[in-house]
Amino acid sequence: MIAAHGPILPLILPLAVAILLLFLPRRAQRLIRRLSVAGSVAQVGLGLLLLRTVAEGTQLVYRLGDWPAPYGIMLVVDRLAAWLLLTSALLALCALIYALAGGDREGRYFHVLFQMQIFGISGAFVTGDLFNLFVFFEVLLISSYSLLLHGGGGPRTRAGLHYVILNLLGSAIFLLAAGLIYSSCGSLNFAHLAQLMAGLDDSQLALARTGGLLLLVVFALKAGIMPLHLWLPAAYSETSAPIAALFAIMTKIGLYAILRMSTLVFGSSAGSLAGLYQPWLLPLALLTLLIGAAGALAAARLGRLAAYLIILSVGTLLTAFAGGTGGIAAGLYYLPHSTFAAASLFLCAGALRRCRPVIGDQLIADGDLPQPLIMGGTFFLAAMAISGLPPFSGFIAKLLILKALPQVLVWGVILTTALAAVIALARGGSQIFLAASGPMTLPRDGKSVVLVTSLWEVPAIAGLLILIFILTLAAGPALEFTQDTARQILEPANYIQAVLGGGS
Amino acid sequence: MEILIALIIGLLSGCGVYLLLQARTFSVVLGLTLLSYAINLFLFATGRLVIGQPPVLSAVSSPADPLPQALVLTAIVIGFAMTAFAIMLSLRAQAELGNDHVDGEQP
Repeated sequence: MIAAHGPILPLILPLAVAILLLFLPRRAQRLIRRLSVAGSVAQVGLGLLLLRTVAEGTQLVYRLGDWPAPYGIMLVVDRLAAWLLLTSALLALCALIYALAGGDREGRYFHVLFQMQIFGISGAFVTGDLFNLFVFFEVLLISSYSLLLHGGGGPRTRAGLHYVILNLLGSAIFLLAAGLIYSSCGSLNFAHLAQLMAGLDDSQLALARTGGLLLLVVFALKAGIMPLHLWLPAAYSETSAPIAALFAIMTKIGLYAILRMSTLVFGSSAGSLAGLYQPWLLPLALLTLLIGAAGALAAARLGRLAAYLIILSVGTLLTAFAGGTGGIAAGLYYLPHSTFAAASLFLCAGALRRCRPVIGDQLIADGDLPQPLIMGGTFFLAAMAISGLPPFSGFIAKLLILKALPQVLVWGVILTTALAAVIALARGGSQIFLAASGPMTLPRDGKSVVLVTSLWEVPAIAGLLILIFILTLAAGPALEFTQDTARQILEPANYIQAVLGGGS
Repeated sequence: MEILIALIIGLLSGCGVYLLLQARTFSVVLGLTLLSYAINLFLFATGRLVIGQPPVLSAVSSPADPLPQALVLTAIVIGFAMTAFAIMLSLRAQAELGNDHVDGEQP
């Protein structure tokens, strides 16, 4: 079952759940919630099953309608896709549990949109051709537009407008790039493209190169790489906490696409276009790191701080992807860690906003903070995790990234920006939690305001932190797996053979 | 015909980019629409320009390429939905922020 139909199951499941939820009446809130959570749990199970199936190094190829490659639509699950599927499923489950605290009631169809978002994210990871990558990008984007605006409000609408318009422009460029690549190669299948790239003549080469670099622009926009990161801080800090947490994986989809294109389509078999992205990755990564660190230091609100830390983690990952096998392996180990850590920080900011309705998540002390120990403790752990301090997995990952790129400039930038992140988080944490004798900002007009951390918020944040803890404890097997993954994607011949092989 | 198509695509994308750079949401949405028209025409032309030929391989010597037509169809549907969404969002921004500037406030 898993071997034969595995790649399509993580797509069918959220799509079916979303369609089912669409037909349920609004008053069946409990049923909707249960189904949505059950769907997300099943998605995690599927992710684990797929990961176990491909761990030996096989690539699962699913031909829709059994059309032969390269004509039909292909879904491919290799180690990289399975790793990211599992990461996104785990993240989505935690974000969904947090949303049960009340975020899902701010507007209609939250759970439908949430499942469609998972459908789009999973599709982007398993698709085997460029045009379906575009289609799944659109699926996840249109869900993300609605989720971003969920609950409404002025600042949220303004940030949403920028996000939507920029991404519509990005989609137009994506189509342009796909058209250029199709017109030069005559195919859109990743594996087929990788084969065709080597045989292009000079006039086609220029078109394919332009198309490839335009794709890099589009993916850089999705990933929030400098100078296309400007939409990210506002969009992530204005939206509701569970959605911001889920969006922690969205930048990684852009990075995944860059990694896939640079190792497969423009990988070692691409002739004169091999390594098309290589000269761009490291400079862009270092600039992204610097701008992320500067933003984090300047942030005046916890949500915005977390958004800039996302940009920082994008820079770290991109640096890692420029570092060959060792770098990619370390980066793939850092990817789930940074996703979970950033998500937990967004959830902390959300809990803070709910407990302090007047000042929100500004970096100001509030003597009335309910349950300061739980709030401060979770913030402390999340901050330690995201800044890459030992004993968490981020420390191991950053150490390996530094080991893979022994250059003075890279070390200098990574260590300086990590220090900046620690300073920004330490300052933010002490301003919010340590100055516990700050002025009371809650309205106290006789009515006692009862604000406790909700039943669903703690397990969601704790779940993310436990995932990071597991990743730290299982660093040995996880790193072994990511090293195998890096070796697998750097040998595109196997992927091409698995997709196109068969008959020929 | 190549020159005509190229000029039309160039004109559409030029107008689209100009409108996209305006400060009002209405012009921006129009710009996005024009840009997506230009992209759709461009996608259509990526299968080479052939007139009056069926998309069947063995029937004629230079058949039309059916794949870009399928791609354009998908792109039109997606572009249509996205434009509708952008219009609704612009109206909502106008209602919630009180003006139609893309930054939500008059400079």
